[in-house]
Amino acid sequence: MSDGKLVKNAAGRPVPTLVNGKEQVPYLGVGAYQPTGAKAAPPIRSCKDYPPDGDKRVPDLRTALEKCGLRSGMTISSHHHLRNGDKVGLLALRTAAEMGAKDLMWLPSASFPCHEPVIELMEQGVVHHIEGSMNGPLGRYTSEGKMRGMGVLRSHGGRYQAIQDGDVHIDIAVIAAPSADPFGNANGSHGPSACGSLGFALADSIYADHVIVVTDNLVPFPCIPWQIQGNNVDYVVEVESIGDPSKIVSGTTQITRSPDRLLIAEYVARFVREAGIMRDGFSFQAGAGGIALAFVQFLKEMMKEAGVKARFVRGGSTQYLVDLLNEGLTDYILDGQTFDLAAVASIASNPRHVATSPFTSYNYHGKGNFASLVDAVVLGATEVDVGFNANVNTHSDGILLHGIGGWQNCLFSRCTILAVPAVRDRVPVLVDEVTTITGTGELIDVVVTERGIAINPRRTDLLEAVKGSNLPIRPMEAIKEEVEGIIGGKPEPPRLTDRPVAVIKWVDGTVLDSVWQVEG
Amino acid sequence: MEGTTIGGGAGRRGDDVRSDCWVAVELTDSGGLQLEVKSRVGTLYGPSITKGLEDTLRALGIENARVEVEDQGALPWVIQARLEAALSRAGAPHTTRSHLPPARVLPPPGGTPRDRLRRSRLYLPGNEPKFMLNAGLHGPDGVILDLEDSVHPDQKDAARFLVLHALRNVDFGGAERMVRINQGSLGLQDLDAVVPEGPEMILLPKVETADQVRTVHERILEIQERWGLHHPVWLMPILESALGVENAFASAAAAPTVAALTIGIEDYTADLGVVKTTDGSESLWARSRLVNAARAGGVQAIDSVYGDVADEEGLLAWGRRARAMGFQGMGCIHPRQIRIIHEAFAPSREELARALRIVAAFEEAQKKGLGVVSLGTKMIDRPVVLRARSLVERAREAGMIPQTDKDLPAGEGDGSPEGGEESR
Repeated sequence: MSDGKLVKNAAGRPVPTLVNGKEQVPYLGVGAYQPTGAKAAPPIRSCKDYPPDGDKRVPDLRTALEKCGLRSGMTISSHHHLRNGDKVGLLALRTAAEMGAKDLMWLPSASFPCHEPVIELMEQGVVHHIEGSMNGPLGRYTSEGKMRGMGVLRSHGGRYQAIQDGDVHIDIAVIAAPSADPFGNANGSHGPSACGSLGFALADSIYADHVIVVTDNLVPFPCIPWQIQGNNVDYVVEVESIGDPSKIVSGTTQITRSPDRLLIAEYVARFVREAGIMRDGFSFQAGAGGIALAFVQFLKEMMKEAGVKARFVRGGSTQYLVDLLNEGLTDYILDGQTFDLAAVASIASNPRHVATSPFTSYNYHGKGNFASLVDAVVLGATEVDVGFNANVNTHSDGILLHGIGGWQNCLFSRCTILAVPAVRDRVPVLVDEVTTITGTGELIDVVVTERGIAINPRRTDLLEAVKGSNLPIRPMEAIKEEVEGIIGGKPEPPRLTDRPVAVIKWVDGTVLDSVWQVEG
Repeated sequence: MEGTTIGGGAGRRGDDVRSDCWVAVELTDSGGLQLEVKSRVGTLYGPSITKGLEDTLRALGIENARVEVEDQGALPWVIQARLEAALSRAGAPHTTRSHLPPARVLPPPGGTPRDRLRRSRLYLPGNEPKFMLNAGLHGPDGVILDLEDSVHPDQKDAARFLVLHALRNVDFGGAERMVRINQGSLGLQDLDAVVPEGPEMILLPKVETADQVRTVHERILEIQERWGLHHPVWLMPILESALGVENAFASAAAAPTVAALTIGIEDYTADLGVVKTTDGSESLWARSRLVNAARAGGVQAIDSVYGDVADEEGLLAWGRRARAMGFQGMGCIHPRQIRIIHEAFAPSREELARALRIVAAFEEAQKKGLGVVSLGTKMIDRPVVLRARSLVERAREAGMIPQTDKDLPAGEGDGSPEGGEESR
C-alpha cells in the first residue's frame, strides 16, 4: 500500500506522499497550488480503423473488452447517472473477471449500494482498489483496511481534473447510455432507462484510451442530443437492460416531514432572504436532500411574495426545480444530475433545462467554472468544527461512508451554507475538530442548525447584513456547548490506527486529508 | 418491536428505532453486575453508557443483576428511564429518587401565571423520546407530554418513567410543561410519578363531572405536601362527551387551580354518533357552550386539535373561527401547526392598531381625570376599553409589540378582565 512517508499539509493533516505508487502533492491551501504542463491526451486514432458505415456495434461486452485489449492491472471507469439502479458498472467488472483479469482499478464517478458486490471482486483479486466515492459497505470495507490499494476520493470536479491532468489514466471507459446510436452518440435524456444528463461520463469519453458505450435503447443515427459524441467511442454494445428504472429516478421526490429538518430549511430560506442574497437575477444551488428540497419550497414562497426571479438555479434537479422553471421563477436550470421523473421529462423537452458536466460546472483546472458564479449553495455535512472546517466523508466513529460528490466544488459559491442538524441520535454534528477535513473553514460561510445559525466570523458582511433580523444568529461555540450538555458530554474520539486507507483529494488534485484504518 | 430476552425489559429495539433503547434486567442472587451493551454509538459513548448504568444500579442498592442494552442513540436520560422501567418490571423495589442525577432543567420558580398565553399546545407521545428533544425549538406556548391515548396500554408504566425524566432533563424553551394523565386510578398513579418533577399544568382526559377534577386536585395537593412543593399546578379538564359538555361550568369551577377548559372533538363527535367535518358545525354548540362555561368560571377556553397536518389553509380558517368564537388557543399534533395557529389567534394589524389607540385614549382620559373615554368623535364604552387592554396585553405577550413600549399603565388594578387571579 503506502510506502511513502506522511507529511503534514497546509490544513495541518498528516497525509501520505505516495498513493498507489504515485507521488502526491500535499494540500497547500486554497488556490495555492500552481499546475504546470499540458493536459493528458488519448492516442490519436484514424477513421480508417473504424467502420465507414458508422456501425461500431459488437455482439457483447466481452467482445468489446477483448477488442479494447483488456488485461490485468488496467483501469476501468463507469459513471453513476443510473444511481442505485446501475447494472453496467458491475457487468463490466464481472465480464472482466470472467476473462481472467486481475488487479483492476475501478474508477466510478460514484458508487451506490447496488455496487456492494465489488467487495467480492476485491476479495477474488479481480479489483485491486477503487478510486471514486466509497459509499456504505464499500466505505466500511475500506475503513477496515481490507482493500489492497489505497482509496482515492475526489469531488466530481476533482475527478474531471484528475482525468484531464493525467493524474489518473483510464484504459477502458464503459459508459451506460439510456439512448445511443450505432456510431456511439449517446444521451441520458431519452429511453426506458432515462436518467437525464450524462455529464459525469464526459471526461471518460474524451480522455480514455478506449471507450465502450452500452445501451438498452439503440436508435438509428443520429442520437440527439449527443451528450456523448460517437467520435470518441470505439464500440457500441446492446444489452437488454442497463438499469432498474425504479432505482434510477424516483417516481416523485418527497419533501421531508421531519419538523426539525423543516425548521432548518426555513431558517436557511429566511437567511438567504434577510442577507439580501435573494434578489432579482440571483442564483442558487440546492441538492435533492430532504433539507435542500424543503429550502427550495420555502424560498419559492418568499420569491413569489417579493416578486423576485432567479437567473439560474443549479441542480440536482427535481420536480421542485422544474416547478420554479415552469412558473417563471428562474430563467434556467443548469443541471448536473436528474433525480425524478418530472426532472427527466423536463430536461428532455425544455431547452431552458440544460444538461451540464463537471467540466462546465466544477473543474478547477479550467478557465473558470460555474460553481463560483452561484450566489448561494445549500449543502450538508456529517461534522463541522469550530473553525468551520467540514467533513462529508467519515462519521464521528472514523468510518468512511460517503463520497465527496460536488460538495467541494460548490464551496466556491459566493455564500456556502451548510444545513445540518446540530445532533443526530446523540452524535453531535458540531465538534471541536472534524474527523476528516473535506473542506476548510475559509470557504464555509454559514452553518444553519435547528438550534441557531452560526456565521463564519470572517464574513463580517453577512453578519452585518442580518443584523436586526429576528433570525437566531448564535456563535458556533454556543450551539456546540448547548448540544454537548444535552448528549451527556463530548463523545470519545474514534479509535483509529496510524495506517492510511484512503485519501481525500482537494479540487486541485492535492491531498487534503487521510482516512485511517479503524481499530479492529 | 418489543420483546424480551431476560427478566423485565423496557424500551424499543430494532434497526428502525432512533434515539431510544431497549433495556432488559434480570435480578440475580450473585455474580455482581453483568452488563452487556450494544450501541449504535458504542465507539463514541460505550464507556459512558456502561458507567451510567452501573451508577444507577449501585445507587439503588442493586449489587447483582444481568442487564442487556440495545441502544440506538438514546440520550442519557432516556437510557436511565428505560433502565428504571425495566427494573420496575423485573420487580426491583423503587421507592426513592435519591439515586437520580441532579435535574438538568429546573422548573421556573413559582410555576406559570394562571392566565398565561396558551395559543398552542403541542402533543408529544409520552413513550416516544425522539420528538421531545427539539419540541421547544418550534416555539409552542405549551407542550403536552401525553400519557393517555398516544401510549399503548402495555406501556403506561414505561411512558411514566420517560415523562418523569423528560421533565427533569429536556429544555422545552419557554413552553409551559403540561402532562396529560390517564383516567381514573391510573391517572392518580401518573400524578404520583410526574407531579414531584414540577409540571406547570395537568390535562385531565374525558372529564364528565366536577368530582373527577376535585379528585385530581386533591391528589396533587397531597403529593405537593409530601414533597414540599408549593407552586400552582394548573388543571385543564378535557371535555370529550355530551355529559362532559353539559357539566362544563361545574368542571371549570370545580377547583381553584382549574385554569382552562378544552374539548376533545374526536371523542365528542363519536359520543354523539356524528361525523367530524372540517367546518366543525356538528361541534359548534358544544364549543360555544364550553366558551361560555369557561368565561363564567373565569378560566380560559381552549379549542381541540385540527387533524389534517397537510391542510394549512384549513387549519388557519379553523383557528380564526375559533378565535372569533372566544377560544384563546388550540392543540397541535405537529410542530408545523404552531406558527399557523399563532397567526390565527393573533389580532389583525387593524384590530391591534385600533386597540392601541383606544388604550392610549383611555390613558389620556385617566391623566386628565376624565370619566369618559373618547376616540375622535366617538365615545368609547368601558367594555370596549377592557377588551382593547386585554388584546394589547396578549399581543405584547405574543411579541407583536416591542416590550419597551409603554402602552399600558403598569399595575393598574381596576378590572383587567382576566389577569391578577394567580392566588385565587
